[in-house]
Amino acid sequence: MEEFLIDIELRNIRNYILKGIDLNIQKGELFVLLGPTGAGKTTLLNVVAGLIPYEGEVFFNGKSMNHTSPKDRKIGYVFQKLALFPHLTVKSNIAYGLRSQKWAPARIEKRLNEIMEMIDLSHLADRYPGNLSGGEKQKVALARAIAPCPQILLLDEPFQNIDLRSTKLIRLEFKRLQRDLKITTLFVTHQLPEAEEMADRLAVLNHGRIEQIGTPKEVLFQPQNDFVSSFIGSPNILPCRSSVALGSGLIEADCDGIKVIVPHEGEKVKNIIIPAKDVFVSSESPPGPHINRFRGQVIALQGNGALKVIKVKVGKHLVDAEVPGGMASSHHFKIGQEVYVVLKLGKIMVSEG
Amino acid sequence: MKGMDLKWSTISILVFFLLWELIARSHVFPSILFPPPSEVLATGFDLLRRGILLKSVGDSLLRVFAGILLGLALAIPVGLLMGWVEIFEKLFSPIISLLFPIPGIAWLPLLIVWVGLRQGLPILLISIVVFFPVILNIATGVKSVDRENILAARTLGSSELRILVSIIIPLSLPIILTGIRIEVALAWRVLVAAEMIAIPTGIGALMSRSESLLQIKAVMVCLGLLSIIGLIMDLSLRYVERRVTAKWRNF
Repeated sequence: MEEFLIDIELRNIRNYILKGIDLNIQKGELFVLLGPTGAGKTTLLNVVAGLIPYEGEVFFNGKSMNHTSPKDRKIGYVFQKLALFPHLTVKSNIAYGLRSQKWAPARIEKRLNEIMEMIDLSHLADRYPGNLSGGEKQKVALARAIAPCPQILLLDEPFQNIDLRSTKLIRLEFKRLQRDLKITTLFVTHQLPEAEEMADRLAVLNHGRIEQIGTPKEVLFQPQNDFVSSFIGSPNILPCRSSVALGSGLIEADCDGIKVIVPHEGEKVKNIIIPAKDVFVSSESPPGPHINRFRGQVIALQGNGALKVIKVKVGKHLVDAEVPGGMASSHHFKIGQEVYVVLKLGKIMVSEG
Repeated sequence: MKGMDLKWSTISILVFFLLWELIARSHVFPSILFPPPSEVLATGFDLLRRGILLKSVGDSLLRVFAGILLGLALAIPVGLLMGWVEIFEKLFSPIISLLFPIPGIAWLPLLIVWVGLRQGLPILLISIVVFFPVILNIATGVKSVDRENILAARTLGSSELRILVSIIIPLSLPIILTGIRIEVALAWRVLVAAEMIAIPTGIGALMSRSESLLQIKAVMVCLGLLSIIGLIMDLSLRYVERRVTAKWRNF
């Protein structure tokens, strides 16, 4: 298996959008390109695929790909709009790459069954794409891309058109699949949680340049510049001294006086982080279980009409909460006021150390 | 066809013929100029029995089919190239823009001089008439194919020829078939005109001859036939169109 793995090196890639991209992606790595719309994420994927002109050099395993056409680069590409062939059935869509690469019919049949089994598409084999749900289409696109055993997988915001609940499941399934296939993967997204959840490492892109490369934790905890910190939304970071396992995947972390329950297994907790938009503030005691609910005092109110940032002192910490303007005014928050702060359990991230 | 159902179509057509029959039989107009449909039908059977009708219609149909096939054979490669490769579009577009506006029948004098009055003349005329719209229609069809589909095929290892055959042609077929329906109607128009003016056989020639002998009933038989033939061809092309694309469209 090992000899099929590919590493990617990009050297000073330039074109009408990209302004000098240097990047090394390791064998079998799931590498995420994160950035706002127009940052050049898709463009970079298309460079790796060889679909658009560029200057600079692309190497797969040290071998220059500059004069290799897309069809010979052995890539699987899941396009943003999925680009399923509307006139072909699910099965024929998945078989397209195999037939293009002139696999023997018996081998095609075997591979099709294998793939459709793996991605759970067998029951949809004879349907046409127009007749599938968003999640099903996404699976077909993925199946079509990986059927010819590509060495590199490129995914352009593939989970965008799926409702939120299915997305979480598909992300996890996809990550498992990627691990099983051990295929070097470039994954484009503009959503931080998706990047944080999927990535082995990630690069933050803006205006055709790389702002930062690192593991999700490095990027979250040590943003290298203003753009990165504003893009990831300056999350609250609470240092923790100790933690106690509560069982069933939960721990109680003691963070300088306040005790926060966090979904976590494994190493000792160093910091917990939670984006400001996932901190809930209320002047009255909110309904629901008393988990991660603290009392605090409003220290400052910032921001414009649409979005207000309320700074609340909780124990020794200063916690930022982002609140829609309408909600802030209906609560009549005032400086010095006593409020309830809730850290939403599912949104808390943990760094180990 | 939209806006048509069998019951109302039957009523509407029956009323039309009934009114016609009544007005014609009331002798408001001279019956030689405005015969009732029953007599037109009788003349039609007479012409059929004498073999004139079948011969004329056969000649015309043959010309339409041959002309369209020749036009398509010449235009399809050009149209595909224009839609597929930008440089060909830039090269061919100006020429087509110059020649396309010329009314089809206006080519007739030139063709008479070049080929003479032989069987090839109407076929060539039809092929010229359909040539330009077919090119534009195919180029439009090809360009309507989602570009990401083509890129996807490329990343899947497909050759350009396979992309053309397996992706571009099937996906542009709906637009191309719609175009062909319009082009068939164009072909009939120019053929009947040419047969009336210059060609001694075919349904247009039969009309022209009957008119000069003041056989209005025969003229009307021809008009009726043209209507029915046109309708049948349009319906069959719509049927083909549906059969080709129904599986994957209209979801």
